[in-house]
Amino acid sequence: MAANAPAPGVPLKLMIVDDSNIIRRRIERCQNVPLLEVVGSAANGVDAIELFMATDPDVVTMDITMPHMDGIECVERLVEIKPDVLILVVSALADKATAVEAMEKGANGFLNKPFTDRQLNDALEELLSRR
Amino acid sequence: MFDDREIGTFVQGTTRYFEVSAQQPASIGSPFLVTHGAPEIADYTGVINITGRRTGLVYFTAPRGMLIVMLMKMNESDVCHDNLCDLVGEIANTISGNARRDFGHDFKISPPSVVAGPNKRVDLPSGCRPFVVPINWRSHSARLVVGLT
Repeated sequence: MAANAPAPGVPLKLMIVDDSNIIRRRIERCQNVPLLEVVGSAANGVDAIELFMATDPDVVTMDITMPHMDGIECVERLVEIKPDVLILVVSALADKATAVEAMEKGANGFLNKPFTDRQLNDALEELLSRR
Repeated sequence: MFDDREIGTFVQGTTRYFEVSAQQPASIGSPFLVTHGAPEIADYTGVINITGRRTGLVYFTAPRGMLIVMLMKMNESDVCHDNLCDLVGEIANTISGNARRDFGHDFKISPPSVVAGPNKRVDLPSGCRPFVVPINWRSHSARLVVGLT
């Protein structure tokens, strides 16, 4: 477990980053992983960094194609700020090169859009199992 | 001339969205070629621009009623204009993602843009004869338009 991980039983903080309001709301609504609490959501990479500094989340879901700053650059910046943050990339970009690039920058998982509620929850649980 | 594989990728990207997100598969109507002018667009249209080996547009255009029912099937109760734009943009985004996976660097594909409202139009490249694929879902019908030169 990472040095600054919450104590057992304390919810982990989840931040959602996606330029689509319906996707942000959907992740907020359907994520059903025990001990995961949504602390905020952002619609682009620039806002995400500001929100990240303010809320110090443990887990992030990250879109790739966004205005102002894309998800790949945002992943890199968030990992610089907090190296043990867990990042699940949630993107419609289904090519392997995008997934590999995100992983190289520090993402820990990749979920393709569109996704079912179950696929989202499985991906988040898989992510948390690495902690 | 259209390449079956290209059309198949765009169609599959569209139908996959219905099957996964709206939890009900869409069916494909009889495709047709438009020989004069541009196909009509519906209330909401998600557009991707393509450059590279081929140039032009691919867009998904749907009536408001279809998108409202889709949002409801996705448990989204807020069916405001912005969320309908968001949804049609996400469908175009999925089409774009599929195309990037299948075509790689042969195609450069833009992030989607959304056209909505009355008297709007989508301009296809001159000389382009767009290929139209009806996408039927429940009692609604949308169109996938592929206009590439």
